[in-house]
Amino acid sequence: MKLSLGPIQYFWAAEVVRDFYRQVATWPVEIVYLGETVCSRRRELKLDDWLEIAGSLSDAGKQVVLSSQTLIESEGDLRHLRRLCEQASRDGGNWLIEANDQSALQLLSEQAAPFVTGPSVNIYNARTLALLHKLGLQRWCLPVELSRHTLEAMQASIAEQVLALETEVFAYGHLPLAWSARCFTARYHDLPKDRCEFVCQRYPEGLMMSSQESQELFVLNGIQTLSGACYDLADQLSLMQQLQVAVVRLSPQICGMDEVVARFDRLRRGQQAPSDQIRLRDLQTCNGYWFGKPGMDRLATDG
Amino acid sequence: MELVCPAGNLPALKQAVDQGADAVYFGFKDATNARQFIGLNFNEARAREGIEYAHQRGCRVFCAINTYPQPAGWENWAAAVDKAAALGVDALILADIGLLDYAAERHPKIARHLSVQGSATSHEALSFYQRQFGIRRAVLPRVLSITQVEDLARQSPVELEVFAFGSLCIMAEGRCYLSSYLTDESPNTCGACSPAKAVRWQETDQGMESRLNGVLIDRFAEGEKAGYPTLCKGRFRVEDQLYHAIEEPVSLSTLDLLPKLQEIGISAVKIEGRQRSPAYVEKVTRVWRQALDALGHNTLGHDKLGQDTTTTGAMARWQAQLGQLSEGSMTTLGAYHRKWK
Repeated sequence: MKLSLGPIQYFWAAEVVRDFYRQVATWPVEIVYLGETVCSRRRELKLDDWLEIAGSLSDAGKQVVLSSQTLIESEGDLRHLRRLCEQASRDGGNWLIEANDQSALQLLSEQAAPFVTGPSVNIYNARTLALLHKLGLQRWCLPVELSRHTLEAMQASIAEQVLALETEVFAYGHLPLAWSARCFTARYHDLPKDRCEFVCQRYPEGLMMSSQESQELFVLNGIQTLSGACYDLADQLSLMQQLQVAVVRLSPQICGMDEVVARFDRLRRGQQAPSDQIRLRDLQTCNGYWFGKPGMDRLATDG
Repeated sequence: MELVCPAGNLPALKQAVDQGADAVYFGFKDATNARQFIGLNFNEARAREGIEYAHQRGCRVFCAINTYPQPAGWENWAAAVDKAAALGVDALILADIGLLDYAAERHPKIARHLSVQGSATSHEALSFYQRQFGIRRAVLPRVLSITQVEDLARQSPVELEVFAFGSLCIMAEGRCYLSSYLTDESPNTCGACSPAKAVRWQETDQGMESRLNGVLIDRFAEGEKAGYPTLCKGRFRVEDQLYHAIEEPVSLSTLDLLPKLQEIGISAVKIEGRQRSPAYVEKVTRVWRQALDALGHNTLGHDKLGQDTTTTGAMARWQAQLGQLSEGSMTTLGAYHRKWK
């Protein structure tokens, strides 16, 4: 089973991003997703900068995937997307692209380039999977709200149809749950989105939104809303192995990500029992979606 | 421009037809459509009766099967498509790629509309659905500004339908999983957002509390109008501020934008609200019918000074009527208006 590092959801300064990936080069992850997937206004790193990071990680032996923006709204967004998708061609360097919406699916399938899908592409059943596979899908990520039962049925159908497809599961991190035309971070600062002053860069872990009873509900991250609790399926890796899950995705956080990666690496090698998990940080965790329950729930597992 | 109205049940369908809807849309009584409410929607007999009623009066009927089937439910969703086809609907409103593929293969002659739940926000995304499944029309998400809609309309390979009036979804539809995070149901999985089964109201010393699966969504002081706890419309805390952190409880109304929508070539305007009463559907349909007729006669609009140029001065009256029917008695242009973002 391979480990992947999802795209950075938050807006980190360019130097922080570069430092982060210098470390990633030495971590035991096989796949790294790169790029800005949330907001078109976050352009500290241009495509060429990302390609430079991609080159270094590729040299370090990682499979690099370039991730597309999730909510495409304008002609400007489409221009950036086209440039990104051109990287999938031979002339563009043959990079694998992660399609995060149907605009990307269109551009990639039109140029007959192979692609992978992120969790925001709604693949809920076998017929959808088979159709996208025909168009060039090589690996898909289970949408976050789907359960292990649905995963199991999907895996059975992949086996039955003998599709050459890898399955990836989002297994650690705050879950990306929604995208909007509105920027909630700018709204909090009472700034118009067009002149947001890039305030989201002040929140490298997003802004916590709680109920009036101080229950942490969601993390506001620009136009994106993430789960308040951190999804953690570390104790489910052996089941994932049984279900032929090829890749386990970990979503980057600014602090302690090296420890998270190390822990998943030990678990997949069977060098650590799920029960001796070190609580790295005082993080509220959840796993409800995996069990077909409300996503925020934390179900006790026997490890 | 065509007026497309909601039919949550047979009486609402008849009201919409009588008040001049060009088309009505409905769903079956199960999780296959995005408005799964108890006591709402159509069984086969009611659907047949409704379709006959509409067709006799020159009104088209669309069937929404716009949730995302998972393997365990696939047979039910496919059966819903077959049932709608057998009933003779004029179009299927679909979101799921697999189901679009199924409908295109099995019932190629029945028009396919891409539901707003399909979450296509660009002309490239629309091209995807057009090439793969031959969709005739797409309903646009409520996240786009009018300029973005205009850009998109210029290059769209299919007819476009936009939301004109009703509840305002602040998130890109079809990719919002907030409801299943707090409860076990979402628009995608079973056509429910902030489902009624998870709602609790409680009078406390601090005011009327509304909860969703135990989570406090809002608290209302005496005299304050207590709205339904749609999870994105509550008052929450961010650092030291308590406010509507995501969205205020308001409704979308694009009455002001009608001339623009016509000019850029939008084919249809859609009224949201299959969950609303027949009386609501009647009133809203009547206002929008009048507005569209006025538009057809070029008597709708404002001059450069913002003066109402409708000969009858009807615009202000319509606005007031729609305002009374809106959530929180307030309407907004939503994302169509750039400032809102």
